[in-house]
Amino acid sequence: MRFGLRALNRLAGLEVVDRAGLRGPAERLLYRSTRNGFRAANAAGRTFASAQGRGDPARQARAKSSGGFDVTPTDEQQMMIEAFGGFAAQKLRKAATDADARCTAPPELLAQSAELGITMLGVPEELGGAVSERSAVTSALISEALAGGDMGLAFAALAPAAVSTALGLWGDAEQQATYLPAFTSEDVPAAALALLEPRALFDPFELATTARREGDGFVVDGLKSMVPRAAEAELFVVAAELEGAGPALLLVEAATEGVLTQPEPAIGLRAAATAQLKLEGVRVGAGALLAEGSPDAYADCVRLGRIAWCALAVGTAQAALDFLIPYVNDRKAFGEPISHRQAVAFNMANIAIELEGMRLATYRAASLADQGKDFSREAALARRLCASHGMKIGSDAVGLLGGHGYVKEYPVERWYRDLRSAGVMEGALLL
Amino acid sequence: MIDLEVPKKFVPLVGQANMVAREVLRPISRKYDANEHEYPKELDMLASLIDGLEDGGGSSGAGAAGVSQAEKNGDGGNRNGSNMASVLSIIEMCWGDVGLLLTMPRQGLGNSAIAAVADSEQKERFAGKWAAMAITEPEAGSDSAAIRTTAVLDGDEYVLNGEKIYVTSGERADLVVVWASLDPKQGRAAIKSFVVERSNPGLKLDRLEHKLGIRASDTAAFILDDCRVPKRDLLGSPEIDMKKSFGGAMKTFDNTRPLVAAMALGLSRACLEHTSERLAEAGVEIDYDRPPNSQHAAAAELLELEAELEAARLLTMEAAWMADNSKPNSLHASYAKAKAGRTCVDIALRCIALCGSLGLGEDELLEKWARDAKILDIFEGTQQIQLLIIARQLLGLTSAQLK
Repeated sequence: MRFGLRALNRLAGLEVVDRAGLRGPAERLLYRSTRNGFRAANAAGRTFASAQGRGDPARQARAKSSGGFDVTPTDEQQMMIEAFGGFAAQKLRKAATDADARCTAPPELLAQSAELGITMLGVPEELGGAVSERSAVTSALISEALAGGDMGLAFAALAPAAVSTALGLWGDAEQQATYLPAFTSEDVPAAALALLEPRALFDPFELATTARREGDGFVVDGLKSMVPRAAEAELFVVAAELEGAGPALLLVEAATEGVLTQPEPAIGLRAAATAQLKLEGVRVGAGALLAEGSPDAYADCVRLGRIAWCALAVGTAQAALDFLIPYVNDRKAFGEPISHRQAVAFNMANIAIELEGMRLATYRAASLADQGKDFSREAALARRLCASHGMKIGSDAVGLLGGHGYVKEYPVERWYRDLRSAGVMEGALLL
Repeated sequence: MIDLEVPKKFVPLVGQANMVAREVLRPISRKYDANEHEYPKELDMLASLIDGLEDGGGSSGAGAAGVSQAEKNGDGGNRNGSNMASVLSIIEMCWGDVGLLLTMPRQGLGNSAIAAVADSEQKERFAGKWAAMAITEPEAGSDSAAIRTTAVLDGDEYVLNGEKIYVTSGERADLVVVWASLDPKQGRAAIKSFVVERSNPGLKLDRLEHKLGIRASDTAAFILDDCRVPKRDLLGSPEIDMKKSFGGAMKTFDNTRPLVAAMALGLSRACLEHTSERLAEAGVEIDYDRPPNSQHAAAAELLELEAELEAARLLTMEAAWMADNSKPNSLHASYAKAKAGRTCVDIALRCIALCGSLGLGEDELLEKWARDAKILDIFEGTQQIQLLIIARQLLGLTSAQLK
């Protein structure tokens, strides 16, 4: 019983579990993570030695809806929100300023977040995963909770989960057997899903990165942008235009020849050590192609990534609102708190309204994905809302603090930068 | 478990309401816009149909009459009840025509007040009647605590004196629920509502307004001139309780704000569907997967408007869901009303621009919808009033602190 969601229980503290009446779900999670512990003992070391998967790949079951409108998370989800939210408030928020300045996340924090089982959420149970049902909603709730601490650190922590979730969703038996044990082990590798490319009007369905067939494998060439923790990553999932077949996802091990990275610090998300990833004549085997190059899988990858960025925007915007409420009530001007003025109070009301709309649209898109229904429209709507209103909330937050909003003594200017980034990002996260 | 789709059990209701809107309301939409103050007699049959559905134990109908805070839910499970059903059916009906929905017999705002605060004897007595609501006065709009209409007890009757304006369906209804003060010096707590028979000689119709939109719905002004109302027609407690009374009256609005938001949603969807069709004829359609910046500007704008409508729609459904599940929803009801009200005006006005002169002309309904839309950001609490309600709750401020 060494890792996984056991850590979640430790962090949540027994008090939380008791208070919320969650003894049952907590124990189920503990049971699963215990089992995972035994699996890890005979897992292969980190060489990603090609392993033979037997038969069909494992997949998580889909959640079944009761068919009623409901905004309440399940007990299990509520427990995770509290645990990840507590971790975000106690650890991520405190480390955020420094991580932002240094453009790197503290390794011990990343280790702790890996211990929480983030990379196990999208992995089928029989392969050591943490939960039996596939749930983009659960991942969205966790992402939102982490971003409440800090978006950049949340991005860094969630980055490897994008790769493990991609393997859980689209990996074949061999790919899963080769790569997934590392993501359910004690020592989760840095890994990244690289989709975005550095150019104006980037469109994820018109990729400049190419995968050319050669022999029974592929040669990948191209340049990717804003790739989290790229310098330390051991495995990439790269989006490339597959010769004659449209965009597709390929597994590229970092140690392969021709894989180069270069730091790409940006206005926001700095704690994730974003970098450009250059692929120069990178040769990968036939087994590198995920989902057999299915265009549907690729489109889902784009959409799920967008919902994930929405969830981070929601968490960050909520952090801003929570910070602003006491500030505008305490800050006095002209003899009274500035919150007593409609110009300030109405701005606050509008933040609350738009934030709730962003949140509901994000949940709806994720829940449709879980139900196996078409969610392309809902993902687009959520993204539109979170990009524009998220950016505005960041901007208004700085404005409401005035000069205080502009200095690094407060986290608000960082939220301004991160919320701008979230609306532009593509890929890199996967629910 | 988080699921934000239309509840399965209400899918047939939505289908029925949409059919009514398509077959009954849309065809007469222009007719009663052009002939303001003419009674839409087509609605009598429709109202009977809705009464039949409700009496037959069907889901709550098209109007405000059925909504109230749910009883505590015994099993603690998730509930989709009358608030959700009303929101969903109103969306469809207002996709048809907002003005006609507003003048649907026996579905007035006064019916909602009676449903919310009347005792069982009164409910029985007023059953099957059409009740309008009279709150606003020439000198008291959003500030309903400032109303000057007085009610003085004289024997077994209250004597009402004052002036009321903006009474929706005031001429057509059987009853008018009138807000009046037992003692204007005592402010909010002294405000009570009285059920006044439309035939009461002291309730004098002064005029019907000529309006920008919702012209199918008549809007009356009344003079109350020594209007004598039996004591038993006062709704709620006759005592002046500084703590409770006004809150009780305002509670009606926690339940009805989501319904007005729903009206805005229906109208917005009508505008967007119409505009999407016109744009498709012009060769422009949204691709939801491609970035908006890589698409036609009109497609990007349409996507933006659809996104804002999605936010408004989910906020409204959430507020109704909270009411159905006995969760206090005053804050969320105002989220819904504020967002849906401003969004529908924005959508209607911008859809006109996307359709060009087709949007301006009276050959199509878009220009009418744009005129109808504006009232939805005004009545049942203006945009600014909603923001005040939200900000006070969010910031923990009183009305003295945040004026």
